[in-house]
Amino acid sequence: MPEKPKIGFYWCASCGGCEESVVDLAEDIVMVADAVDIVFWPVAMDFKRADVEAMEDGSILATMVNGAIRTSEQEEMAELIRRKSKIVIAYGSCAHMGGIPSLANEFSRTQIMEFMYQESPSVVNPDKTRPMTSVKHNSFNVTLPEIRNLVRTLDQVIEVDYYLPGCPPTPKLLKDAVLTLLSGKLPPKGTVLSPDEALCDQCARKDTKPSDLSFKHFYRPHAVLLDSTKCLLSQGVVCMGPATRAGCEALCISANMPCSGCFGPTSRVRDQGAKMLSSLCSNIDPKDEDGIDAVLEDIPDPVGTFYRYGLASSLLRKKITEDM
Amino acid sequence: MSENNIKMNGNGTHKSAGTPKIGFYVCHCGHNIASQVDVEDVQKFAAGLPGVTISRDYKYMCSDPGQELIQKDIKELGLNRIVVASCSPLLHEHTFRKAAEKAGLNPYFFHMVNIRENVSWVHDNRESATKKAKDLTRAAIQRVFFHKPLEKKSVPINPDVLIVGGGIAGITAALTIANAGKHVYLVEREPTIGGHMAMFDKTFPTLDCAACILTPKMSSVKAHPNITLWTYSEVEKVEGFVGNYKVQVKRKPRYVIEELCVGCMECIDACIYKEAKYPDEFNQKLSKRKPIYIPFPQATPQVVLFDPETCIDFKSHRCKKTCIESCDRKAIDLKQVPEYKDINVGTVILSTGFKTYNAELSPQYGYGKYPNVYTSLEIERLVNASGPTSGEIVTRDGIKPKSVGIIHCVGSRDQKAHKWCSKVCCMYSLKLAHLIKEHTDAEVYNFYIDMRTPGKGYEEFYDKLMTEGVHFVRGRVAEVSDWALVPEEENKLTIRVEDTMVGMVRRIPVDMVVLAVGLEPREDAGDMRRLFNISCSNEGWFLERHPKLAPVNTFTDGIFIAGACQGPKDIPDSVAQAGAAAAEVLSLISAGSIELEPNTAFITEDNCSGCKSCIPICPYTAISYNEGTKKAYINEALCKGCGTCVAACPSGSITQNLFDDEEIFSEIDGLLKFAGIELEETEAEHA
Repeated sequence: MPEKPKIGFYWCASCGGCEESVVDLAEDIVMVADAVDIVFWPVAMDFKRADVEAMEDGSILATMVNGAIRTSEQEEMAELIRRKSKIVIAYGSCAHMGGIPSLANEFSRTQIMEFMYQESPSVVNPDKTRPMTSVKHNSFNVTLPEIRNLVRTLDQVIEVDYYLPGCPPTPKLLKDAVLTLLSGKLPPKGTVLSPDEALCDQCARKDTKPSDLSFKHFYRPHAVLLDSTKCLLSQGVVCMGPATRAGCEALCISANMPCSGCFGPTSRVRDQGAKMLSSLCSNIDPKDEDGIDAVLEDIPDPVGTFYRYGLASSLLRKKITEDM
Repeated sequence: MSENNIKMNGNGTHKSAGTPKIGFYVCHCGHNIASQVDVEDVQKFAAGLPGVTISRDYKYMCSDPGQELIQKDIKELGLNRIVVASCSPLLHEHTFRKAAEKAGLNPYFFHMVNIRENVSWVHDNRESATKKAKDLTRAAIQRVFFHKPLEKKSVPINPDVLIVGGGIAGITAALTIANAGKHVYLVEREPTIGGHMAMFDKTFPTLDCAACILTPKMSSVKAHPNITLWTYSEVEKVEGFVGNYKVQVKRKPRYVIEELCVGCMECIDACIYKEAKYPDEFNQKLSKRKPIYIPFPQATPQVVLFDPETCIDFKSHRCKKTCIESCDRKAIDLKQVPEYKDINVGTVILSTGFKTYNAELSPQYGYGKYPNVYTSLEIERLVNASGPTSGEIVTRDGIKPKSVGIIHCVGSRDQKAHKWCSKVCCMYSLKLAHLIKEHTDAEVYNFYIDMRTPGKGYEEFYDKLMTEGVHFVRGRVAEVSDWALVPEEENKLTIRVEDTMVGMVRRIPVDMVVLAVGLEPREDAGDMRRLFNISCSNEGWFLERHPKLAPVNTFTDGIFIAGACQGPKDIPDSVAQAGAAAAEVLSLISAGSIELEPNTAFITEDNCSGCKSCIPICPYTAISYNEGTKKAYINEALCKGCGTCVAACPSGSITQNLFDDEEIFSEIDGLLKFAGIELEETEAEHA
């Protein structure tokens, strides 16, 4: 019996949702487990770094890495995985574009430390203790990974072959990706394994989108009673669908929530947030500066709205702060 | 972006893209560029950039030998990209594209860097100017890597013409074009055409009667089979582009059916108001009119109109409507509503004229405070035989003035008002001085800063006035007041002025003061500018494409300007400009079609998600949505390449020729590289 292809899963700066999505394959996971050998999956089974280091270079067919890169340890693991794997797949929004962790790029490392270990209302820290990369404890030298100043996407650290978008990717996309890998008919390197048009194309409410939106107000979803049959943009809610790659089959919209953009832009767009802003602003009803400002004030957190999953991969990438 | 996403318009006769072999040429422009930019250094710098096969500098790239240099290199060195660093693309982009085309290269493999207007003319530090020139050069060289061959397309020119403004400029242009057999829509805001010229009595320097030379032209306009005259109308909407403008004109209700009214004015006599009661705008409010009126005897068209603000029936609906009874042609319709006319025209001439400076804004001259201070336009009406006093010059107090002071440059050449010279005031002041003298034999004083009388027969006219006993006092008037210091000043207006010829302050008592108010842009010139998508100068005058070489063209193809809307102008100049604008229009119509730049946008159908974001924002309504395929389409013939949809397409499915992402990003990258910034991150930032 020939050896089964080896597959690995790894996580970096992520919430764990991507790992859950693997389990969400449900009975299909049996099919996957039958077809491949999972040689590395820390969240599910006990693997140590040394186990991976012991593997032969290039011996893993494909490793799916989820999570953004925030620490020195994640960098090292990413590089290690790169060496051991023929194919590296950035799995989920964080590995793909930085994800929600990369919203931290709005602040410097110092600002984050100050808040998390000092200013946060629930913190009591009179000694001003901060995480250290190395500390002596009972004559042991205890080390911690270093937190980098910048949250990065996986492909800003190592070469990435494919991307599975989504927060998290849907089981269907994962299954299709595994089948593609096993088939050996690989798409061109760098492909995002999801359709390359915008979500409107898959949206059940597409026909209800008027051709002239003429925004007079924007509403956050909790602040307005939403008609579950009509285009959310037509109801004044920022739906990122027009600027977001299809593939999820409009899951959020079917739950009457707007698309928040987790699949990232199409291959033709360099900066998803800028594109969506440019599109919305082109369709704002008032044409004078004050009127436009008044409408835009309805969006209290533009970066969190338009760059929720992609700040690290955007042209903005990070806020320049004094203490950098 | 993959190759197959880009629409290749090439017809196969041009050399194809291939590996870039770039020819770079930097122009000295005599000293224009070379004095501030080290062109040789730029040339050497470019020679070292990737893809550059040859780099040269030359005294005048736009000259024939300069162009031949490029052509020779294309042929001998097999160049397939050309970058010229010289002046503004507005001036010579066309020249160089043509040169490249002649040598067999698709003209859109050429790109221009503006190192004159953007660099040498605006910087005084040679070193940093040279660096900037290099930055821009690198950006352009990185950009041309991604240029693609494109083909021009041609669109037909609709031969119908819209002229906005029926003063002497609009009238002249309309007649010229109509006489050439083309149809003209002449739209005038006021109830009659004629403009300011219709208000004048005589014209300088020949002193021929304004009405005598103008009204025949007005009648010709009305009678001309090729002119559709819409007075009391305004342009509401403009869409489209050169050759194919769609215009909506609002015809304001006159409450009189224009086709039925013959201008007999029976209704005016029959009006319930026996006496005229309301200020007559045409006579500068120096006389009164009724709620139903005609602006002046030769008004064209000869159609009365209602002023709903003052007509009793509009206010209370309780009028006996004697006017309606009096009209045997049943021309009065008090229920008339605005009418909207949609027309298609190929070209537009704007001849919307000027307004005069509001003299109340220069309070030292007492206009609005002293009844016997007049503006020049009021005096034009006073001396006019059809004016409020039938040509008799009397003050508001009813006396015939024995002395009159004409103050020049009111609102002009004044740091507190307008800095510009209004050009016509010296001459019309001389004319008014002559007419006042002729009508009243009063002592007439001209208070001037400088006499400006260039023009055919103008200086001679000034000479003639000097022999007529008109007084000239050189000095800007400080103040007009009724405060008498000596008995001779009692019940007079005293003009206090420094007479710079004799070097002393003089007080000159007069019965009447005439303020030679300057010319300024119309209040709604800004709205017009936006409506027709043209530019205004800082002062608010419509901006010509080139002050010397394209004085009636605007930056929008197919839109021309004539007369004082472009800047202060007298009648001969306005008429000349109107002729020039008419010639430009006729030349476009004659050509029959115009070549459009291929910098249009297109939608890659497979990529479009049908989100419709682009549909409402196209200023040229070039985008439509196909309900069958649920995708958007751009009509390339209508696309003007403004790029609005490209920016708005949230899925990046619209591409614009000459401005696609890789061209723009590589250009930006080329600029930033020099500043030490890379578009992609550097290691140092995350550590």
